[in-house]
Amino acid sequence: MFITCVSDAVYPRVGETMMRLLARYGILLDFPKLQTCCGQPAYNSGYWAEAKAAARTILAAFADSDFVVSPSGSCTYMLHHYEELFKDEPEGREQARQLRHKTFEFTQFLVQVLGITDVGARFPHKITYHPSCHGSRLLGVKDEPMELLRHVKELEFVPLPFAEDCCGFGGTFAVKMPDISGAMVAEKVDHLRETEAEVLVGLDMACLMNIAGHLRYRNEPVRVMHLAELLYEGVVLA
Amino acid sequence: MSAGKNSKRTVQERAGLALNDDFLRKAVRFTTERLRSGKRKAAEEHGNWDEWRERGRQIRLHTIAHLDYYLGLFADQARVNGVHVHFADTAEEAVSLALEIASKHAAATVVKSKSMVTEEIHLNRALESAGIEAVETDLGEYIIQRAGETPSHIIIPAIHKNRYQIADLLSEDAGERLAPETAILAGYVRKKLREKFLAADIGVTGCNFAIAETGSIVLFENEGNARMVTTLPKTQISFMGMERIIPSWSDLEVMATLLPRSATGQKLTVYMSGITGPKRSGDADGPEEMHVIVLDNGRSLQLGDPEFQELLNCIRCGACLNACPVYRHIGGHAYGGTYSGPIGAVLTPALNKNVAEWDDIAGASSLCGACYEACPVKIPLHDMLVSLRRRKVERGYGDARETIGMKAYGSLMSRSKRYHGFLRLGRLGQKLIVRNGGITLKLGPLKGWNRYRVAPGLAAEPFRERYQTLEAELRQGLQELPPEIAERMRKRIGSREKSAGGEEHGGRSPGVAGSSGSTLES
Repeated sequence: MFITCVSDAVYPRVGETMMRLLARYGILLDFPKLQTCCGQPAYNSGYWAEAKAAARTILAAFADSDFVVSPSGSCTYMLHHYEELFKDEPEGREQARQLRHKTFEFTQFLVQVLGITDVGARFPHKITYHPSCHGSRLLGVKDEPMELLRHVKELEFVPLPFAEDCCGFGGTFAVKMPDISGAMVAEKVDHLRETEAEVLVGLDMACLMNIAGHLRYRNEPVRVMHLAELLYEGVVLA
Repeated sequence: MSAGKNSKRTVQERAGLALNDDFLRKAVRFTTERLRSGKRKAAEEHGNWDEWRERGRQIRLHTIAHLDYYLGLFADQARVNGVHVHFADTAEEAVSLALEIASKHAAATVVKSKSMVTEEIHLNRALESAGIEAVETDLGEYIIQRAGETPSHIIIPAIHKNRYQIADLLSEDAGERLAPETAILAGYVRKKLREKFLAADIGVTGCNFAIAETGSIVLFENEGNARMVTTLPKTQISFMGMERIIPSWSDLEVMATLLPRSATGQKLTVYMSGITGPKRSGDADGPEEMHVIVLDNGRSLQLGDPEFQELLNCIRCGACLNACPVYRHIGGHAYGGTYSGPIGAVLTPALNKNVAEWDDIAGASSLCGACYEACPVKIPLHDMLVSLRRRKVERGYGDARETIGMKAYGSLMSRSKRYHGFLRLGRLGQKLIVRNGGITLKLGPLKGWNRYRVAPGLAAEPFRERYQTLEAELRQGLQELPPEIAERMRKRIGSREKSAGGEEHGGRSPGVAGSSGSTLES
């Protein structure tokens, strides 16, 4: 389990539901405690020395794992930059290459590796889905979540208009350019309200934290969930 | 590369002006929406879009890798055709070459077709100072010239204006009230421009593509004005960025497929003109004298730079602007340079030698990658934005507070115990500020965040503290791994060992431009 710092510190339930879901298939995720953050905040802001310091903990933490599973497409994709960070250290670069090949975003792992598309869930609610940019565009996770959602019974799916548009999070961007970021998240929430969905589901807690924060600011009663949470709740309900 | 008074402000101030301008935001959103849905439809109808993008990319990579050869070939062929070819290192040189030609012909008026490169060198300003009237003949350019503004979009220069604002501008120009209807407004400009075309001494154009094998230049346009500019005046001056080259006419087939579809969703541009030299005996029309001015102005600095060379592959379609969620909200002028949107955010600092002190335009992106996805030649603009930010930090121009914050971040994240200790401390500290599980206080890094959001508090028990009991609970009565799943996992690990790495499972090939190998062929 590569929990990612946002889920570790703010949304531990995401990690818990992932573990509970996988345990139903006889898979018990290990949690190497050495792990911290993937380094993306520093990497994206141009502080590569600091990003590399974080990356080292991730390389060390998962050196012995056969598979690494993470609830974030963005943090998973960050690992794809490690070879570049360690380009002058042959050993680190090799470790980075291996890590990239064995790391999967949660729905990639379920669908691509385990071959599971129906977890046997029931979720009688109107939901919509926001595909986070890094997960869908850069990591290429597009069909997996849809496949999993299609098999959830009694679920009513409403497509989110302009779903592929960024929610405005962008890491330190939201802090450094707050007004532009605020305009972006406001537009995202406007579209979300058009769907009249009760639940917004996604695969990246950082983006969802951004959208949920603006929903709460506007007092909009939409529930925001990671897909792992939705699937696990649906399994309990079924 | 200033955009007048606007460039003195910071990105945030410029963006603030746009964010408070409802007309601008509505106009920009309306048009970019139309353009990007048109592009999406055109790409779908094409059927093999990604394959053609890759073809386009390969043509551009190859040409730029051998730019010296193809530029030389182009210049030789063009000279054989009777064209005067000039090379200009800087904007100033390009401008003075044009002024010399104008003075030789004692030119009083110049008509221009739409050209970003002449915007880049501020040609109109120079012509006006020399007492020469310069008239933009592209409708959008004509409008912003009347308004005394610069283009806010590579393809749609007046994208930030609605038709009521345009009617006001053109009414003033006409000296009578024109109704805010597209046909009436366009009709007025059309009539007015007729006179200008007939009277002009010089026609000035840009260049979408220069064909090396025949020394030709190719112009893409929708209004027919470039045809007039290149047939009526006796003298023609065409400006081109030194990277506009493609090797052959067969390469143009790929570009003519990619460019209009990406720009506006059109299958073909309305007028595509190939010009190979001045008027020959027997030609019905065309200029008697033709000049091509090839401009460097910082472009050659990208050659051999593994992170930025691909920037020269750009075909100026504007698709990245239309796809960009930041551009949609702030428009083009907020970027502070001639080129706007994601391409402008990279190109402007790059043409200025990546100057580290250049303002924080590279910071005005959420790095969502929509630009890369939209780009017909697959330029990794989101990676280049990160490279610009890194160069700025490396040269000591990082924001002081951010640098301190990042040092602390690096220290925390390099030891899990420190990081965990920090979480514990945060949990204690937040007791003072969390209300109903949320934080509304606008303090420190939360100042901007909480202007539009309620921040969540830290969890009472982070996952790392929860794990042990959770693991113990799940271990009890754990199902046996179903054999078919066990088999799939084994196969994955097996293939990884066999191929010394394993199959790719999503994600474009990692690394930025330089590490892909094919970027720097020579």
